[in-house]
Amino acid sequence: MHKNKIKISPSRRVFIVVNTILLTFVMLASLFPILNILALSFSSNSAAAAGWVTVFPVDFTLDSYKYILENPAFFRAFGISVIRVILGSAISLSVCLLAAYSMSQSDLNFHARKVYRWIFLITMIFNGGMIPTFMVIKMVGVYNTIWALVLPTAVQTFNIILMQNFFRGLPYALTESAMLDGANHFQILAKIILPVSKPSLATVGLFTIVGHWNSWFDGMIYMSDSSKYPLQTFLRNIIQSVDTSKLDLSTVDAMNKISQRTVTAAQIFIAIIPIMIIYPFLQRYFITGMTLGSVKE
Amino acid sequence: MKATNKKSFSETFKKEWMFHVMLLPAMILLLVFAYFPMVGIVISFQDFVPSGGIGQFFHSKWIGFKNFEYIFGLQQFRQVLINTLVIAVWKIITLIIAPLCLALMLNEVRQKAFKKTVQTVIYVPYFLSWVILGGILVDLLSPTNGIVNKVIVALGGQPIYFLGDNKYIRGVMVISNIWKEIGYNTVIYLAALMGIDQSLYEASAIDGAGRIKQLFHITIPGIMPMILLTTILGLGNVLNAGFDQVLNLYSPITYEKADIIDTFVYRIGLNQLQYSVSTAIGLFKSAVSFILISISFGLAHKYAHYEIF
Repeated sequence: MHKNKIKISPSRRVFIVVNTILLTFVMLASLFPILNILALSFSSNSAAAAGWVTVFPVDFTLDSYKYILENPAFFRAFGISVIRVILGSAISLSVCLLAAYSMSQSDLNFHARKVYRWIFLITMIFNGGMIPTFMVIKMVGVYNTIWALVLPTAVQTFNIILMQNFFRGLPYALTESAMLDGANHFQILAKIILPVSKPSLATVGLFTIVGHWNSWFDGMIYMSDSSKYPLQTFLRNIIQSVDTSKLDLSTVDAMNKISQRTVTAAQIFIAIIPIMIIYPFLQRYFITGMTLGSVKE
Repeated sequence: MKATNKKSFSETFKKEWMFHVMLLPAMILLLVFAYFPMVGIVISFQDFVPSGGIGQFFHSKWIGFKNFEYIFGLQQFRQVLINTLVIAVWKIITLIIAPLCLALMLNEVRQKAFKKTVQTVIYVPYFLSWVILGGILVDLLSPTNGIVNKVIVALGGQPIYFLGDNKYIRGVMVISNIWKEIGYNTVIYLAALMGIDQSLYEASAIDGAGRIKQLFHITIPGIMPMILLTTILGLGNVLNAGFDQVLNLYSPITYEKADIIDTFVYRIGLNQLQYSVSTAIGLFKSAVSFILISISFGLAHKYAHYEIF
């Protein structure tokens, strides 16, 4: 402490203490609901029913997780989510990358750029809406297939803008010599641009992955078989059924649902785990994404 | 003259055809999944009867603006509009003020580890879906065994059914929305705070300005452009009250205060199968949103030199 050169006034000291306490409170309030669900998932049914499970499991048990392990429907939904993340992100990234490279050209190099710019911009402002989109999904034959979860959201204009801005920030000299050597644009993109674009690809890739993992509404309306639901849609069904049961509290039913409570908590927590695994990377690229996304000139 | 033009056109194409090829997959996807549905908006002027096939957007009887007249005559729709505006405006306001306060508080923290920990924790909900957060809230706020009501009862109160009571539902929406979204704007404001010229603080300290004076004369004016920008861009969102959140938190008992345009469109369309009416409501929302977004982008460009694409 005595090394501090700046003198701290008493009022400043009070402020620092209050500030630290408040921030700690905000942090705990933000984290508490998630810890509570985690603790619930490891608590016994009776302890959960009796209440007072806070952030530590009461009457620790793995029963809920065992129950899930025996439930093939949960794993099927989990698997569908994994497939949609892989397939969806791969397609979306490829499509957006190719588009972004073309859009990063100057208007002089690529005369039609202005036209394409409008084609992209219009989709950011306008959309056909829920029903017409739903009808088109049915018309083109992707309804009730994994493609309904993957293709409609593949073109992400915001991601294209983000990558475009990144490509524009690269030094011109990088591509100039390759151009003079007669390389075409596919070669330049694959051999020169891609290797140096890791930050922007990682940013866009991570957000695409999270987007696919988290999306649930498309699964709900584009899948007619509940056996084809991705995890989030599957979970929503469970949670909503628990919720509405509270409206008519016949005791037997309520008891039945209470025993479901810890299982639901465990399922919610398993759905959070993949996000937690990539979270350190997400945090790193969070700010990169935002600074790339907004151009200020 | 014409010949040279044609020649330059073909030359241009020779040099640039690869860009078109690279854009082709995106264009096909946009055509099918973005532009084709836009054509489908025409059903809002029809008495739509499903017929199947590609041409079905044009098979039904045209009835002009009858669907719109019907919507605006609905008492329920007026309530939905009010709900949307109230919830959205509260969300916009709270998501300017709360992150701003948090950023200002974090900016005063000198221990890097503590600052990093707080930031790490508060961004977590941002990356979780409303299904997950909704599931957590349903349990947390449950009137029978949720921890919040356990505390209320222990303190001598009556249990409150937060998600089943029209008095509380909007509050739950707004507050839980802060929980999820606060991290995003906090990052933006923190970045803006770091952009303030530090010599201003030193100079003002020499002139005898205290911390409070510095806050109001340097810090706040320094991040004002960013506050303005987020406010202006928020304007384009006053009809977006948060479809994902509301659909996971509302229920028939709380439709009165929590039903918003998007959830109404969903129920009318996919539950009641009134395709034309649902699309008409969607079109109304799009049209108003378009005007608002145009205004907000115009303002953002004028005052903050913000530009997209």
